[in-house]
Amino acid sequence: MAEPKIRILIAKPGLDGHDRGAKVVARALRDAGYEVIYTGLHQTPEMIVNAAIQEDVDAIGLSILSGAHNALFPRIMQLLREKGAEDIVVFAGGIIPDDDVPGLEACGIRKIFKPGTSLEEIIAWVRENVKPRRVPAEG
Amino acid sequence: MEEREGEQLMAETERWERETVRRWIEQVPERAERFSTISDLEIKRLYGPWDIAGTDYLRDIGYPGEYPFTRGIHATMYRGRLWTMRQFAGFGTAEDTNRRFRYLLEQGQTGLSVAFDMPTLMGYDSDHPRALGEVGREGVAVDTLEDMKILFDGIPLDQVTTSMTINGPAAVLLAMYVAVAEEQGIPLDRIGGTTQTDILKEFIAQKEWIVPPRPSMRIVQDMLVWSTRNLPKWNPISISGYHIREAGATAVQELAFTLADGIAYVQAGIEAGMDVDEFAPRLSFFFDCHIDFFEEIAKFRAARRMWAKIMRERFQAKNPRSWWLRFHTQTAGVSLTAQQPLNNIARVAIQALAAVLGGTQSLHTNSMDETYALPTEEAVTVALRTQQIIAYETGVANTIDPLGGSYFVEALTNKVEEEAWRYIHRIDEMGGMLAAVEMGYPQREIAEASYRYQQQLERREKFIVGVNIFRSEEEVPIPILKIDPDVERRQVERLRRIRSNRNARRAESALKDLRHALEVGENCMPYILEAVKAYCTLGEICDVLRAVFGEYREPVII
Repeated sequence: MAEPKIRILIAKPGLDGHDRGAKVVARALRDAGYEVIYTGLHQTPEMIVNAAIQEDVDAIGLSILSGAHNALFPRIMQLLREKGAEDIVVFAGGIIPDDDVPGLEACGIRKIFKPGTSLEEIIAWVRENVKPRRVPAEG
Repeated sequence: MEEREGEQLMAETERWERETVRRWIEQVPERAERFSTISDLEIKRLYGPWDIAGTDYLRDIGYPGEYPFTRGIHATMYRGRLWTMRQFAGFGTAEDTNRRFRYLLEQGQTGLSVAFDMPTLMGYDSDHPRALGEVGREGVAVDTLEDMKILFDGIPLDQVTTSMTINGPAAVLLAMYVAVAEEQGIPLDRIGGTTQTDILKEFIAQKEWIVPPRPSMRIVQDMLVWSTRNLPKWNPISISGYHIREAGATAVQELAFTLADGIAYVQAGIEAGMDVDEFAPRLSFFFDCHIDFFEEIAKFRAARRMWAKIMRERFQAKNPRSWWLRFHTQTAGVSLTAQQPLNNIARVAIQALAAVLGGTQSLHTNSMDETYALPTEEAVTVALRTQQIIAYETGVANTIDPLGGSYFVEALTNKVEEEAWRYIHRIDEMGGMLAAVEMGYPQREIAEASYRYQQQLERREKFIVGVNIFRSEEEVPIPILKIDPDVERRQVERLRRIRSNRNARRAESALKDLRHALEVGENCMPYILEAVKAYCTLGEICDVLRAVFGEYREPVII
């Protein structure tokens, strides 16, 4: 790829073990040329934000099916702001009722994908919306 | 089939392909180059006697209630008794779920099935930092014996059977259930039900674990022994393919990994010093029923035949009940769509029909709204009514295994069985399922299959109505169950009240004794029972397990 490689963290907040979606999306993004890091399951907001900063990612994809998104997503966004990493683009998917979407978008989640979204759609969105955060330091 | 007759048929079939089929295809081409099941097993244009030429009716198919049970485990199947209609339910606090249970029983449901929330499944109390936002969301929160008492309030435990979907902390929840029965004055030989306790499939697919695989198996072993000796009507393990399938496995993988898990549990029971016939009759199974109608029916038929062979030939079980593969089925949550949710009612009906034609012993039908949230009362009623329509209107329960003898179904049953044995032999070579899980083998196979299917969807080789074909722009919203956000606060309040009101000395010494039992390798069940009666919390008991055995971190595989 000509452009610098974009790094994406696929993260599983919450206690649910439903990782089929997260893994499929992780693989599809990798196949589409992105550098993908998958956190594994049962991650706290702190763990996710720390991983994002350590790995210096450009975007975070959150997958949650436990229903705890209204508690966990705002916490993740708050931690990113506290660490000065609010320019990391955050998108999400899983079981998220329509009524919850406006509130989550208001806290800074850029896009919530509904169940049944095609991989193509997700990749197209990422292509459009995720850019390298900054030119990496030399050396 | 006589050899000459066979040859003649082959010749005739070739002629049919050459003349009739080819001429037809020239005018009306087939819809695809290749037809395959949702699991990608290739399906032929036509099946006939030539496809089951090697099948011997008495040896391979036989009679219901007799080895190898291909047609059903009971002699009269649904003519005697219909399957148990068992809707999985649990949300909010114990009071909320108790109300749903009573409602379902009033609607004619015949067994209970408890869904616990995520912190309960992971062995955390409701006030643990990791429980934030999760309490009562995906199931009911149970922290102490108090919650369990409320959950079954007004439900005499000798009148219902209860299935509990709980694995890592299964021993703790079983102990609580036993303590509730004792309080209700019901003798332990009269309580019936199931704890899932299938920890291997947690590592493979469902991913709600506490301690690493080997100590987990040891706890399962303790429970199996204790339950076999104290709860004659309890099913201590429900060997589950459901979650394996939902994680993206094929039908063959679901079947093979589930039976391989079963083999590991039987071995564990034998290694604990029990005779196989002492405990094997109480092992039960739990499968998914996906949307590929015939593949699922074939899977259920193959499952019965394979388990019967495994138990009789491999483990030398003598009691025919040890050969029975009794199973619960749930329709495939993963097949439901958020788009055009009413369509899910049709999907569930078709899947439920396949489960019944496959000879299930009990059934949960999913509700149309489950891609959004836990089901509303209205949605769950439609799901239950779907089963009742199949049972009382369609006539499919009038005769046993009505699809038995279908060339296609018999050939597919053979095919599914053959492919599943291949996996089982592979796992045997790795040293059994425990070793295979530690190597990440089934996890990797499932991830591969699930990605393959997603790609087929993207290429539109496979279809989901409303998702990649027949989409509608206008979506009609459906009502969704909302969990009261106050649940967490109320649950935490109750938990803290119990912690401060209990006899602290009794609780503390119960936990100490449990720790000692775990360290010296004594059966931990009596100690867990004492701990729950002393009002130790689920989290405290599981903390002892974590302290003794360590926590599990999974290898990350994508």
